Amino acid sequence: MTLPSADPNLEPRLSDKPPLRDDTRFAAGKIAVFQYATVIIFLFLMSGFWRLQVQNPEFYGERAQQNSIKSVPIPGPRGRILDRDGRVIVDNHSSFSLLLARESAKEEHLRPIAQGLDLDYNDLAARVRRVRSQPKYVTVTIKDELSPADLAFVAAHLDFFPELVLIQTPRRLYPKNGMMAHVIGYTGEISEDELDLPDFAKYNQGDVVGKFGIEKQYNDTLMGVDGQRQVVVDNRGTVRQTLAIKKAVEGKDLQLTIDLDVQTVAELAMQGKNGSVVALDPRSGEVLAMVSRPTFDPNKFAVRIKSKDWKEILDNPEHPMLNRAIQAELAPGSTFKPIVALAGLSTGTVDDKWTTHCSGGVALYGRYQHCWVSPKGHGTLSMHNGIVHSCDVFFYTLGSKLGIDNLSFYGDLVGFGQTTGIDLPHERSGLMPSEKWKLRYYRTKWYAGETPSVAIGQGALTVTPLQLARAIGGIAVGGKWYQPHMVKKPLDQVKMAEWALNPEHVKTVVDGMYGVVNEGGGTGVRAALPHIEVCGKTGTSQLASNDYVKPAGGGEDMRDNAWFVGFAPRDNPEIVVVTLFEHGGHGQFAAAIVRDVLKAHFDKKDRVTQLQQNQTRTVAALGLGLAGTAGVAPPQ
Amino acid sequence: MAKYLSPRDIDWTVLLIVLLICGVGVLQIYSATRDTDYTSAWWKQIVYVAGGLFLMWLMMAIDYHSMLHYVPALYIGSVAALVITYFIGEKAYGSKRWIPVGFGVHLQVSEFVKLVIILLVARYLTELRTDELEIREMLKLAGLVLVPTALVMKQPDLGTSLTYLAILIVCAFLAGLRWKYVAAIAVVTVVVLPIGWQFLNEYQKGRIVSFMDPESDPQGKGYQLIQSQIAVGSGGMFGKGVTKGTQTQLRFLPTAHKDFIFSAFAEEHGFVGVSILLSLFFVLVMRIVQNAHTAPDRVGMYLCMGVAALLLFHILVNVGMVAGLMPVTGIPLPFMSFGGSSIWTFFLALGLVNNVRLRRFVN
Repeated sequence: MTLPSADPNLEPRLSDKPPLRDDTRFAAGKIAVFQYATVIIFLFLMSGFWRLQVQNPEFYGERAQQNSIKSVPIPGPRGRILDRDGRVIVDNHSSFSLLLARESAKEEHLRPIAQGLDLDYNDLAARVRRVRSQPKYVTVTIKDELSPADLAFVAAHLDFFPELVLIQTPRRLYPKNGMMAHVIGYTGEISEDELDLPDFAKYNQGDVVGKFGIEKQYNDTLMGVDGQRQVVVDNRGTVRQTLAIKKAVEGKDLQLTIDLDVQTVAELAMQGKNGSVVALDPRSGEVLAMVSRPTFDPNKFAVRIKSKDWKEILDNPEHPMLNRAIQAELAPGSTFKPIVALAGLSTGTVDDKWTTHCSGGVALYGRYQHCWVSPKGHGTLSMHNGIVHSCDVFFYTLGSKLGIDNLSFYGDLVGFGQTTGIDLPHERSGLMPSEKWKLRYYRTKWYAGETPSVAIGQGALTVTPLQLARAIGGIAVGGKWYQPHMVKKPLDQVKMAEWALNPEHVKTVVDGMYGVVNEGGGTGVRAALPHIEVCGKTGTSQLASNDYVKPAGGGEDMRDNAWFVGFAPRDNPEIVVVTLFEHGGHGQFAAAIVRDVLKAHFDKKDRVTQLQQNQTRTVAALGLGLAGTAGVAPPQ
Repeated sequence: MAKYLSPRDIDWTVLLIVLLICGVGVLQIYSATRDTDYTSAWWKQIVYVAGGLFLMWLMMAIDYHSMLHYVPALYIGSVAALVITYFIGEKAYGSKRWIPVGFGVHLQVSEFVKLVIILLVARYLTELRTDELEIREMLKLAGLVLVPTALVMKQPDLGTSLTYLAILIVCAFLAGLRWKYVAAIAVVTVVVLPIGWQFLNEYQKGRIVSFMDPESDPQGKGYQLIQSQIAVGSGGMFGKGVTKGTQTQLRFLPTAHKDFIFSAFAEEHGFVGVSILLSLFFVLVMRIVQNAHTAPDRVGMYLCMGVAALLLFHILVNVGMVAGLMPVTGIPLPFMSFGGSSIWTFFLALGLVNNVRLRRFVN
């Protein structure tokens, strides 16, 4: 900065020279000019107000009344959820609510309004009184789910009661009786906590988002975007003019891999029982059915669940909100044995000619391990029969020969101890114990004496029904494990894990599982179906040791969990079904459920093939007829 | 304060008028924010006024000659602060004007810079020691003032940047800018205007267009102007009464506690109220000019006139906008519009005037 210096007025201390008073006179004239300008400016401003306020106040008063702009939302509907054949599972329906705009509300209107809408007057008056202390723009809802008669009343009386405001809210319509509740989930208004999360940054307060299940997982696809209409209304609320429209964007429909025919049968088979059913197509990982019981009614969540209902669900000791198919981590019991068998063959530890003698138990590592299946003993068994009869001694022996490292390697390979990555929220991973795991969490070595219980699917080993289905399915197709998924997608986009398995080994295990269902003494004969080669394996997993159960009275709640995993047909399997029947007692009770599900699937396949054949025949027939001369009737 | 300065010499009339205006402002803010999310605004405004009074007292205590000593530092500090605002400022209403200083307090830097501009112009013109302003000096001064002006324009905040120019022009006029130079500047401006038009951004252009013809885009840019005129006009002669202004209460009038507070006032108090309030502002400006007359030296004269120019410009543009006579420029109404930075700046300015007045008999 280049300012000249040495002006006495700028000394930090006050000068003792006389003040230069005359110095200011030089601008006196110009200051006067400024003063005149000020007067003119103020007069100018006053004239403006004179024009507006005194000259024609009615003009503006009128405009004040007329002029009012409102934004009316145009709802963007949420996409529907369909099954694999395009049948609608979840749909929307319009629901009208009636609000009271308090700015124009009048006390004397309440009674006729109550009468016209069939409401209790005292109730209505109390509701209005309750919001009196709130700011004027807070509205009060008078009635939800208006009937056509209600709507007619409102439309006819808008002139008399301008305070009535109709809001259209789309509501989700879910299947009744909690069918597919865990898979579908439910929607609700976005909560305060959710709005803070970065994933939800693009949503606003009042938006309805998926909170659970598929509704949550695929919210972005399903959710539409609301549009808006800007209209000019007069002070009575009549629309005078539409100024602008922002179109609503519809949400996209979602097609699941679920087959409603199979799902329905599975749901019915599980009525009155607790547990889960999972049906997969092992050739692609598509989930054909998923059931979890006990269940809840998602329609209760449709707009906002009543606190009474929510409390009921939360307090239920059986945890209805748990999706057992992906969240129940339980010991698989004997359903693990095929994997042990495969491990034994693949590692070369044993061959398919190896046998063991079961006399009801075997001494291993200083303990006598019982064969729980047949306390008297099975006699000498080959691998095939070991699987068919589900002999514990056979597998104790095989397991201890393999050692925990091999067992956990193969458990890992088939997917235990890891989530499958299915497109549903909150999947659990179960646990595949191993030396490494024990060192990490318990800081002690693995004792060989712990291996036998793992070999029969107990100990620390836990799996979910979905994991079991995927594991067995992958073995059945020869060593390809596809990622389970709920929404249809092209095969080349599905993740897949592969392992080169010797087809001979696979055949041995599969044949064993065929025997479980179709040979005498097999533990799963209840799963057999005529004309279809069903293979499977039972599992009975203890909740507690028998020494504990018997003195406690052995009530139903203490009974063992019943597992059954089955697939069909034996060659080129196209469906694998797992049933977990909680407290079912023995695996055979679960087997019947699997049979029903398999039957439903193959019956449908037959029907569809039949239909297609009929169509082809008809078309061919018509074709032959028309290929001749016109006017000749087609052959009957 | 030094013992030779007497409290009698403080301009109590001005202070009284200002406090009256503040009081009306608080009442109006209360009325305009009753049903909204800003219901705490009115007592916050009282706190700001109290703070302003304290700042004013501080401003009077330090001799203005000492302040002028620091003008270079203040100038550089202001430019730096504006540059910082440009980078880390908070966005609100579409522009970056505020810096957070902790405890949830935000300062609008460009408001306080107005005072620095007054000090700068006053010092510069005084040091020339001539009775006429040469064009070269004028351009140099204009250059200095244009730096913060441009920075504020980029925020974007056209209105506030124009206040700096208003101070410059009035003080330059007082310093004796020759008429032929005024004519030359006018010609240059007319030529530059169409070019400058290209540099205005969209919404600023829109503001001017909608000022010319508000009805051409009633929902967009013309909206505020129309709403303001409706509110004012429907107030009639005596107004609708306190808290009964429908346009304000139903919130058709935007920012009724800030830029459009005079509209809200006009709706609720009518032409009578408007006349009285405008008269108060008039007396305020005139009394400040009076202090310029009695200032002991040129610097004091420029300081008072700078403050007077600032106030007059604000009133002209804000009240003019409310009446539909000026385009919407978003500058606050002194002592009435809600906002800490604005209130404090004006109280500091008042302190500056009192500062000069207090020392008018000092040797």
